[in-house]
Amino acid sequence: MIETKGLRKTFHIGKGRKAATVDAVRGVDLKVGDAEIFGFLGPNGAGKTTTLRMLTTLLEPDGGDAVIAGADLRRDPARVRQLSGYVAQGGGTVDDATAREELVLQARMYGIGKDEAERRATRALDAFQLTDFADRRCRTYSGGQRRRVDIALGVIHEPKVLFLDEPTVGLDPQSRARMWDEVRRLRSEGMTVFITTHYLDEADALCDRLAIIDNGEIVAEGTPDDLKREIAGDVVTVDVNGSTPQAAELLTGRAFIRKLEVETDKGLRLYVDDGALAIPQIMRALDGSDIEFGGIGLNRPSLDDVFLTKTGRSLRD
Amino acid sequence: MTATAELADIVPARRSSTIPRQGPLKFIRDTWLVFQRQNLLVVRTPIRLVIGFAQPISYLLLFAPLLKSALGASTYAEAYRIYVPGLLVILVLLGGFFTGFGLLYELQTGVIERSRVTSISRIALLLGRALSEVATLMVQAVIITLIAIPFGLTVSIGPLLLAYALLILMGIMAASVSYAVALLIKSPAALGPIINVVSQPLALLSGVLLPLALAPHWLLSIAKWNPFYWATNGTRALFTGNIGDNSVWEGAIIMAVLATLCVFWAARLFARRVR
Repeated sequence: MIETKGLRKTFHIGKGRKAATVDAVRGVDLKVGDAEIFGFLGPNGAGKTTTLRMLTTLLEPDGGDAVIAGADLRRDPARVRQLSGYVAQGGGTVDDATAREELVLQARMYGIGKDEAERRATRALDAFQLTDFADRRCRTYSGGQRRRVDIALGVIHEPKVLFLDEPTVGLDPQSRARMWDEVRRLRSEGMTVFITTHYLDEADALCDRLAIIDNGEIVAEGTPDDLKREIAGDVVTVDVNGSTPQAAELLTGRAFIRKLEVETDKGLRLYVDDGALAIPQIMRALDGSDIEFGGIGLNRPSLDDVFLTKTGRSLRD
Repeated sequence: MTATAELADIVPARRSSTIPRQGPLKFIRDTWLVFQRQNLLVVRTPIRLVIGFAQPISYLLLFAPLLKSALGASTYAEAYRIYVPGLLVILVLLGGFFTGFGLLYELQTGVIERSRVTSISRIALLLGRALSEVATLMVQAVIITLIAIPFGLTVSIGPLLLAYALLILMGIMAASVSYAVALLIKSPAALGPIINVVSQPLALLSGVLLPLALAPHWLLSIAKWNPFYWATNGTRALFTGNIGDNSVWEGAIIMAVLATLCVFWAARLFARRVR
């Protein structure tokens, strides 16, 4: 449904002597299947938004190609616009218009006639359960309601692909779960949904497949389970009550530890092949020092760990 | 439900055949769509009408009555015929110059981005907005004209409508310039001072407060470089009923040419910077 090859974008910033170029996206290859929820993750400044803006025709790529729902992004952006929908992070509803007015306008901006636009608005209000307040001004809506209007606007022209930029930022857990249900419903209707998100639990729970972008390049791609399996082994967390540097020093270089991450000043995250065998060795290594143990835990890798391993950073940084 | 309604539900992707897909008709339809939407929002927040209004009304009520003796006019009607057109030019000039703020705000909130992923014409997004701003200004202009009548303003309807047409051109030009500058500097904080620096001398050099016929020679020769000077003279002539006066067609041609150029300038910048 979406296929990109070597998609590139370079920004030129500053003028004269201070001029510089930033390679925001350096050759992105992606393949997204039909009726798939595809997660696009990356730290801030990794090229996530730039890629999304190129795919939604808002930004012209400097190189590479992309085909979206069969339409060529470079040669026929107008057709890409017809076949795909986009919901920006901030939405784009106007405070003083009603949901119904917004939906009718959006449909008409896609070239749909007035009567048909009104029919579609009514249908969309129904599908997204917005009917009760459809004729109230948007400024009176809750965050979750407004977000549902945003998504209804994004699919009013019945696109094959929907691009969602951080769809659940700022929503309470209940509205978030509701959004996930809406996204799954769209998938069940055959739509491909391309989502950028900061929330790894969201990516884990919602996405069929995902890609991680870092420094303008894709560093990992696969199903959440595949990615977790890729970093084989276990994660041992060691809480040392603030003596992290000493503990890290004692543990660094031990053969049984594949990777050691310092997590805040509270504890350590150790990637090991077998947690059950590693724990006694860790205890022995720290024994005799005056490090005070706060606790020790054993976990399967999470997407957080995948992210940390692939980008060297935690997404929360 | 009738059979035809059902058919429309089954084949929702089919578009009504009356909607032009491209060409000038699509452009006009798209511009109309944006124009209507912006008008709706103005009506929803009528305070916007009142704010632009406060200054010209207070000038009309508190300053204009001084003019009869100051200008040596023989009647109030004569004084108002000189002053009201100037007031309307200020209204349209300043009102037009400030439209850039609205554009920057809408760019920030994502309203325009939401439109840009649709098939709507890019120039329509800009022109529809400019026309709506000008329409709002013209409503204010009509109200100011009506308020001036009890004070003694007399004007015949034909020339008045022509004067409004000239004001519309000025408004479109000012709004386009404002959009272009807003797109170039992108910062609302910088836009305000720039507008003030530019609009004050432009307004004064149009002779909006007092006609430049009273000006010393050097001032007049500077004013002749200001397009709004010509347009203001034309508007004044129309208020006096002199449709055949040279200043009318001079002002009209200068404004028509400049408004067209400025619309293209702003549209080009818009299409480029906000693809």
